Amino acid sequence: MKGLKIVVLAKQVPDTRNVGKDAMKADGTVNRAALPAIFNPEDLNALEQALSIKDRYPGTIVTILTMGPGRAAEIIREGMYRGADGGYLLTDRAFAGSDTLATSYAISCAIKKIGCDVVIAGRQAIDGDTAQVGPQVAEKLSFPQVTYAEEVQKIEKNVITIKRRLERGVEVVTTPVPCVITVNASAPDCRPRNAKALMKFKHAKTVTELQGTTEDYIKLVDDRPYLRIEELSVIDVEADTKWLGLAGSPTKVKTIQNVVFKAKEAKRLTSSKEDINSLMNELLANHTLGN
Amino acid sequence: MNNIFVFCEIDEGKVADVSQELLTKGRSLANELKCDLEAVVLGHKIKGIEKEIAPYGADVVHIADDKRLEFFRTLPFSSIIIDLFTKEKPQIALFGASSVGRDLAPRVSSALISGLTADCTSLVIGDHEDKKAGKKYDELLYQIRPAFGGNIIATIINPDCRPQMATVREGVMKKEIFKEDHKAKVKSIDAGTILTDADEVVKIIERHIEPRKIDIKKSQIIVAGGYGVGSKENFDKLFELAEVIGGEVGASRAAVDSGFVDHARQVGQTGTTVRPKLYIACGISGQVQHTAGMEESAMIISINTDESAPINKIADYAITGDVGEVIPRMIEAYRKNSK
Repeated sequence: MKGLKIVVLAKQVPDTRNVGKDAMKADGTVNRAALPAIFNPEDLNALEQALSIKDRYPGTIVTILTMGPGRAAEIIREGMYRGADGGYLLTDRAFAGSDTLATSYAISCAIKKIGCDVVIAGRQAIDGDTAQVGPQVAEKLSFPQVTYAEEVQKIEKNVITIKRRLERGVEVVTTPVPCVITVNASAPDCRPRNAKALMKFKHAKTVTELQGTTEDYIKLVDDRPYLRIEELSVIDVEADTKWLGLAGSPTKVKTIQNVVFKAKEAKRLTSSKEDINSLMNELLANHTLGN
Repeated sequence: MNNIFVFCEIDEGKVADVSQELLTKGRSLANELKCDLEAVVLGHKIKGIEKEIAPYGADVVHIADDKRLEFFRTLPFSSIIIDLFTKEKPQIALFGASSVGRDLAPRVSSALISGLTADCTSLVIGDHEDKKAGKKYDELLYQIRPAFGGNIIATIINPDCRPQMATVREGVMKKEIFKEDHKAKVKSIDAGTILTDADEVVKIIERHIEPRKIDIKKSQIIVAGGYGVGSKENFDKLFELAEVIGGEVGASRAAVDSGFVDHARQVGQTGTTVRPKLYIACGISGQVQHTAGMEESAMIISINTDESAPINKIADYAITGDVGEVIPRMIEAYRKNSK
């Protein structure tokens, strides 16, 4: 079989799993700026599936696509150090405020531009945990979707066999190419950085990043086109701004309430009817009980 | 009329718990909005399935019964739901946040260009004013969910697009029979006129699903008992409280080793790790092996005769008293105040 053209969707996310003391503001809320920006964990599982296809089917090209601000180029480089062939940064002010649907629209426009046989993404990102972008990208592209993938078992005559992990078991399905696959955390971890790839790609830069460098640097990237990380704007991907950003997002955030973490001290109660009654009232009032 | 729709999932030939929980929620939202509650269920050989749906308050049950719908597959299921929603124009559509709902709902919402909020923990009706646009909206669905790793609680609305879609995890809403003899009109969907060959491209070639077991991990409320509960019979009170407030029963290793309850309910290092929104520790001293499995619960209430029990160090509320006396009072107070 000839190789496949695979686009891996990846997102740079704040590491919400380890909110340490230094990430806490005095009022007990989270200082988001203090959280490290990381490669979304399940997107690394997705990258590994793509790389393992590349290992088995020579000629396969693995490209990372990420949407975000300029600094998100960091995860494209990280992907390249681990074995991806290149990447695209989808970045434009018009994307700001996009919900999952507007994000999916933007990503689907970029995928149409890049062209591919298979889209592989992590199941969900840890900052939102919605798991919506994968299926919505699939719908926008009119591709079938296979979610919760744990292993791409084989590819024969453009039919992919995939093992899925469900709540209480597994399912093996086949899907034709093109398709969208979303990968679970239960799939194998991503391989580490490869020393050769690290040397090869450590100077990879986006156009915007190059503007801050020297002429020698720009010449280096001109001589070695694989060091150029393409930036895609709304115009580049021919997206209609009416479906982007806040305007293109059906969902709006009405309010945000910070969860305040307090040092715990147990409130002491007796077993009297009055104490129990007021406790149950309190639990109902703050929606710990009832709905 | 723009009604509320609940997608009912079939699990082992029965309507899934999460779907019945959503029907209960949907019923109360429908009462508030003075509209009907409609259910949609897809499967194969599911004749009579409406009997598991109507008692939870559905006024209409749409049923598609077709060989191609025996097991969930995205394309045939989404084609039918998209077709139905396009015709019926629901104002609200609810899905379980299960592997099925979280796969299906986004695809449907993308096709209908409607907003979808995942994993809501609360759904309420409220108004909204968009001051910039000078627009007022009455009776929107507030979709409330934690985000950012649980560090914020966001209220999401879909002002202009319909249906307003949301998914909710199992155990978050409470399932309750509305009326045993509630009558629902059954409308059958002719899958044959909707499905095409293009819906058949993904094929299931193997399937191994384990039967459902007690899984306390999924419960948002856990009433756990320790050695201090005293006996198997006394545990019945814990089961009663759990039933009333919509939770599951958990136990410490000492209670399991004493044969009070099954091992599947054990919380702690050698049992299950749980993070419910409420953990009521009854007669549990609070050894580290136990607390390791529950200390991340959002709220902990301990009931213990010993006021210096270690569990009180991590508890939000520490009730000093006898479990046999406190639990009936909790049940009584809940029944009185939750009305």
